Amino acid sequence: MEKYIYINDRPVLWEDETNILDLTRKAHIDIPTFCYHSDLSLYGACRLCMVEVEGRGLVTSCSTAPFEGMKIKTHTAQILKLRKTIVEMLLANHDQECPKCSRANDCKLRDVSNRLGIDKVRFRKTREPKPMDLGSECLVRDPNKCVLCGDCVRFCSEIQGIGAIDFAARGQNVNVAAAYGKSLAQVDCINCGQCAAVCPTGAIVVRSHIPQAWEAIHDPQKTVVAQVAPAVRVALGEMFGLPASDLTTGKMIAAMRMIGFDQVYDTAFAADLTVIEEANEFIARKANGEKLPIFTSCCPAWVKYAEQSYPKLLNNLSSCRSPQQIFGAIAKERLPKQLKVEQKDLVVVSIMPCTAKKYECKRPEFIHDGIADVDIALTTQELGRMIKEAGIDFDSLEPESMDLPMGFATGAGMIFGNSGGVSEAVLRYAADKFNIPVQENIVLQEVRGESGLREATLADGNLKMAVVHGLKNAQILCDKILAGEADYDIVEVMACPGGCTGGAGQPIVMNHSKRKARTTSLYHADKTMPMHRAQDNPFIGELYEALLEKPNSHKAHELLHTAFKHRKRIDDDELSFSGSGDEDRCKIRVCVGTSCYLRGSQDILAKTLQMVEEHAWGKHFDISATFCSEKCDKGPNVSIGDRVIHKATLDQVKDIISQEAEKRVK
Amino acid sequence: MSAEYAAAHSFNKVIEILDRYDRSESKIIPILQAVQEEYRYLPQEVLTFIATSLRISPARLYGVATFYSHFSLEPKGKHILKMCDGTACHVRGSSAVIDALRDKLKLTTKKITTDDMMFTFETVSCLGACGLAPVLVVDENIYGQVSPEQALGLVNDIIEKEKQNA
Repeated sequence: MEKYIYINDRPVLWEDETNILDLTRKAHIDIPTFCYHSDLSLYGACRLCMVEVEGRGLVTSCSTAPFEGMKIKTHTAQILKLRKTIVEMLLANHDQECPKCSRANDCKLRDVSNRLGIDKVRFRKTREPKPMDLGSECLVRDPNKCVLCGDCVRFCSEIQGIGAIDFAARGQNVNVAAAYGKSLAQVDCINCGQCAAVCPTGAIVVRSHIPQAWEAIHDPQKTVVAQVAPAVRVALGEMFGLPASDLTTGKMIAAMRMIGFDQVYDTAFAADLTVIEEANEFIARKANGEKLPIFTSCCPAWVKYAEQSYPKLLNNLSSCRSPQQIFGAIAKERLPKQLKVEQKDLVVVSIMPCTAKKYECKRPEFIHDGIADVDIALTTQELGRMIKEAGIDFDSLEPESMDLPMGFATGAGMIFGNSGGVSEAVLRYAADKFNIPVQENIVLQEVRGESGLREATLADGNLKMAVVHGLKNAQILCDKILAGEADYDIVEVMACPGGCTGGAGQPIVMNHSKRKARTTSLYHADKTMPMHRAQDNPFIGELYEALLEKPNSHKAHELLHTAFKHRKRIDDDELSFSGSGDEDRCKIRVCVGTSCYLRGSQDILAKTLQMVEEHAWGKHFDISATFCSEKCDKGPNVSIGDRVIHKATLDQVKDIISQEAEKRVK
Repeated sequence: MSAEYAAAHSFNKVIEILDRYDRSESKIIPILQAVQEEYRYLPQEVLTFIATSLRISPARLYGVATFYSHFSLEPKGKHILKMCDGTACHVRGSSAVIDALRDKLKLTTKKITTDDMMFTFETVSCLGACGLAPVLVVDENIYGQVSPEQALGLVNDIIEKEKQNA
């Protein structure tokens, strides 16, 4: 039987909605809220979504379950006054520098304040100004704009499983902070930027590299070439009022040339190359039955997360660089000759849907003798802003096409922007090899979809794959793999919801439908392309002939592959157990970071301290606990003097200390 | 126990505390209380170790540690003075005592611990002993109806005792 509730005296069909807020939205009423996010846990902190329920009085609609026959009013005089007062109080302490804020156009606080017709703030500022966090390459935090809705905190811990930021202090002093009030750059933040994407105001924003891009463009010495990631072209139009489903590749290229980019290329070309390298890497591993499952490594946020949290799985990551870095390496190798420019005068700018790409291009392994493979990484939003800054009327532009050869891509490279795209592209390449039947239009439905964890078994059970997005899902999967409870050949991981199309560098969207439209649009783009398999790209074939010889060759490894390292989660000091003493004391360092800790380093440390005390050797040794020696796969790690002991055992450590002590006591 | 081994003992104590509470996330508060008792504050490196052991993010633990005014992330003095400045104590003249103690110890609202790490002076909002107002707590001892002179006398006694022990 159908159930109804009554919103402002009008019946609304109650189906599976779990709270009143969702029901009011169905009834075409958009109640303002800061802290309600359908993907996240209920928080009920902002109090803006108050409604009146007959018999109950005022309740928060986000956290109140409907019941049959419920009678709700959504805009009584009392509710309107209450909402205004709440927003006024938030504004009182909000840094109201709106014209200078990068979120000026999509700020929820500004929008709600406008909608509620607030024309003055009756309350005075009560909070002391707090310093901004400017340490991260990808994100800037300004606590003076924070409304404490907690969306960023919950996204980071619930969807990404990290918890790099959380609420600190209390009452008047409450603020969102990284551990110990450190910068995001010093903690386990993976730079996915989803905190900035869910922030209703400008309290967390993407760091802008627009000035650097203009500087390069305005320098007559420099030749500036751009690479554009697939997901950018299905979202850029949103910044100019076009629907999310619009593929704006042609207009985008025209606008970029007008801005002053000398060449415009496609990151999807590099993605085609990634497919071939990664697929061959996989085929070789599968043949030898080693280092399986292979994990994709295109997502820099996932890579940093794996480096911090899954040292045991680092060997399983594909050694392929991400398409951004592959493009950079090939560009810096080949373009100086092709474009008749010195390597130092060639500037590679990438346009990415992603904030973590800013961090990735600054990784030391991608910078050689001061020359970076990718010089500047901009987000979709930043490109949109540059187009606006240059006064270009985007919508009226005539479409143009990319420059050859690196502007030519197949549909395989194109779908990299969607979660499941990398897997599908690899499958298209390897289909023959594994006897996977491929239909005419080369769609592999098995790996497509919205769910955060998708599995597919192909080739008569010979090929098992998993596709995850959101690192919490990745965490669950990795734990299962390590525990031997799950078994795959290929695992694709993307940190952002929906993959790169949902990246934090994209225009801000507050609902799922726009993101889904981008995904669909990218699959459409694939359909309209002349080729769908990476191996069919003639310019890739030419590149192998001229430069790379064959997949996974020595030269390919030099330019297209990389290695991963274990990484500390928190930039911490050592925990010292010794007072001051002789300069030449023997240093003992016991790692108690997560990985070593789990392998029993704590016991080694405790027994070492006990031993040194029992023998009264205190003046000969200087003992500290370190929080990560970044050799996690070989833990527990102990260093004594110049010796580093991996997989240390207590007896081993005790022996060496005794030897050292003997030397020193003499 | 020599000072040299104090840090090692404290660390072993932290391990004991963690074991005592089964390294359970739900025991965060008692764990932090016990650890603070050991160190007199919560050192950052120890907090990271506790977070690792409890398998929670350091930011979450930092949030808990900063939520309660009982916990301190700054080293505290050997002797802790707490003056109540709740309504009842305030009306009965706590301000004069507060001023006298801050003046004597060269402390302010921001700087609450003396350079020699001997004293930490804090104000609290209510100790629930309003009948004794104004109330001063010196380490574990509670003094009611204190005057500025009396408070200074208590501090001087501690300084004398510490001199003799040194």
